Amino acid sequence: MLTIFNLHARVGDNEILKGVNLKVRAGEVHAIMGPNGSGKSTLAGVLAGRDVFEVTEGDVLFDGKNLLEMDPEERAREGVFLAFQYPVEIPGVSNTYFLKAAVNAIRKHRGLEELDAMDFMNLMKEKLKILHIDEDLLKRPVNEGFSGGEKKRNEIFQMAVLEPRLCILDETDSGLDIDALRTVADGVNALRSPDRAFLVITHYQRLLNYIVPDKVHVLFDGRIVKSGGKELALELESKGYGWIEEELAHAARA
Amino acid sequence: MSTATSTIQELANREYQHGFVTDIETDSLPPGLDEDVIRTISAKKNEPPFLLEWRLRAYRHWRTMPEPRWANVHYPPIDYQNIVYYSAPKPRKKLSSLDEVDPELRATFEKLGISLQEQMRLTGVAVDAVFDSVSVATTFKNKLAEMGIIFCSFSEAVREHPELVRKYLGSVVPYTDNFFAALNSAVFSDGSFCYIPKNTRCPMELSTYFRINAANTGQFERTLIIAEEGAYVSYLEGCTAPIRDTNQLHAAVVELVAVGRNSHIKYSTVQNWYPGDKEGRGGIYNFVTKRGKCLGENSRISWTQVETGSAITWKYPSCILQGDNSVGEFYSVALTNHYQQADTGTKMIHIGKNTRSTIVSKGISAGRGQNTYRGLVKIMKGADHARNYSQCDSLLLGDKCGAHTFPYIEVRNPTARVEHEASTSRIGEDQIFYCKQRGLSTEDAVNLIVNGFCKEVFRELPMEFAVEAQKLLGVSLEGSVG
Repeated sequence: MLTIFNLHARVGDNEILKGVNLKVRAGEVHAIMGPNGSGKSTLAGVLAGRDVFEVTEGDVLFDGKNLLEMDPEERAREGVFLAFQYPVEIPGVSNTYFLKAAVNAIRKHRGLEELDAMDFMNLMKEKLKILHIDEDLLKRPVNEGFSGGEKKRNEIFQMAVLEPRLCILDETDSGLDIDALRTVADGVNALRSPDRAFLVITHYQRLLNYIVPDKVHVLFDGRIVKSGGKELALELESKGYGWIEEELAHAARA
Repeated sequence: MSTATSTIQELANREYQHGFVTDIETDSLPPGLDEDVIRTISAKKNEPPFLLEWRLRAYRHWRTMPEPRWANVHYPPIDYQNIVYYSAPKPRKKLSSLDEVDPELRATFEKLGISLQEQMRLTGVAVDAVFDSVSVATTFKNKLAEMGIIFCSFSEAVREHPELVRKYLGSVVPYTDNFFAALNSAVFSDGSFCYIPKNTRCPMELSTYFRINAANTGQFERTLIIAEEGAYVSYLEGCTAPIRDTNQLHAAVVELVAVGRNSHIKYSTVQNWYPGDKEGRGGIYNFVTKRGKCLGENSRISWTQVETGSAITWKYPSCILQGDNSVGEFYSVALTNHYQQADTGTKMIHIGKNTRSTIVSKGISAGRGQNTYRGLVKIMKGADHARNYSQCDSLLLGDKCGAHTFPYIEVRNPTARVEHEASTSRIGEDQIFYCKQRGLSTEDAVNLIVNGFCKEVFRELPMEFAVEAQKLLGVSLEGSVG
């Protein structure tokens, strides 16, 4: 579904991604871990099309299409969803209104008819039920006055409603207490399906106790330096990131 | 430059959609103003002597007044002798139904999307269409007349109900009030008149579409709305104007009188006059005096305005809260794009006891637009327990525009409570990106964010108007983040 080949990206003169390679198949959950500043959020931003990041080299294919050529909204309509690390507030705009505009923009792109108010409400209610979220959320303005946990939960709710094919979770666990973390993880697990892939970006292993990944990658200094199964996350948890650095240095000397 | 910004700037080049000129034979006076011109206007309209006298007194007073310069707007001097003070389309014959309305005129309304028939049939709105100073079509009048409601052109009111006109004309905005009100009083051409008798709730939204057409024709509308005890009326004013190279002066006066106990007048405006082109050439000068007086106990006046047009907007719809427990409300969205300037706000004058006022002002500046909120809250000595709540929010799109706030508060009664909140924010690339990541286009994202910002005002508008206002904001904002 997603193929990232030799991806380089920078902000200004500062090169952050220095040749990332990654392959994600439908139905898989990949975790991207790494220390602060390794380029995790940059990778998420580049995939979503945030324009502060300049891609200098490499390719990204999504379902065979060149993702990097698309505008951010086109990527979204094609099925790429980013759960933001810091969800943005849009005062005065209700979640319902916001999501209806989004759903219909996506449906239009896919040649489907726009949903009318009734069908849309049914869709919303169905998704609320799956995620065990109170209906109250629909009337509230997008993220305005939300607690950190509520914001993250709203991201997962939006993800459920928009039914993307590729879900990128950018440090969704940051700032969450254990209960909120569990709720968010339950939501993600409820959305796992054979034709949907997840890229879970996280600093800590604890989220991966709840969202069990098929593969774990370590991003270090702009490159994926180590890949493995879910046990790699546990190893990182107990040993920290330092040993990877040593290993790399060792490899360089050899 | 970011993608969001460049996309929006591409959209900027859309021209004013309502720019066209209707070719109708016009009966006009030559430009210039003196007592003879005023006598001619009055004679053409067959006015009673008291009105001519009043006009002349206003004119003489106007000549003694200097043009005010205190507003935060900039424009070249206006040559008042180069303005045409009377212009009327020649009706081919007296009209008894809509079908007899000049087809050219009908076509103009069609272009604006305000087919009178559709309006009547679908929305139940009675439309009194003012076309270059003379009311052409007045509808639903008979139905309203059955309830004792008078809704007609100002000229007709002068002919049919001179006693009411005489009693209330200038009672809220005297001709001595300000330079532009004096000028209007001297030369006003036509406008709307509305009278709601005791304990009558006007069953439909009353609506007038103003349209400035002939070149260089100053528009001097006069509107007077009177509500007796227990009466309620909701009045809508909406405007568009065609493209012109020379600036056009519009100096209207609107007077609302909530005479009786428990009377309520709701006045809503959507203003979309030609704002000038992208370089700031042309466009309407909108220097309007709007004021309401709450005379009755528990009476209430609500102003709601959405101002997106005009090169310069200079207006302060105000409330004089004289009756005890009376309520004044002001909800405003003012948008300036390109080189537009707006200096707008309200005055709430608390005279009676327990009077309450609410001010919600939303200013949106884009392009090189300059947006000023200027408001006065005045609590007089006898206004025990008066309360005011003001909220002024500014939204900036881009970095070449400006937002300014001048709140004046005068309190002469220690029991009063006055609250003022203000905020300024910028539409963020972050907000736009967030929307785009959910599949919305840049244009839709900006519209969504701005509409959210204006929500508190839009929900005060009548339903059909709110939809129109949202669309208008979208059109006016094209090309605004830069």
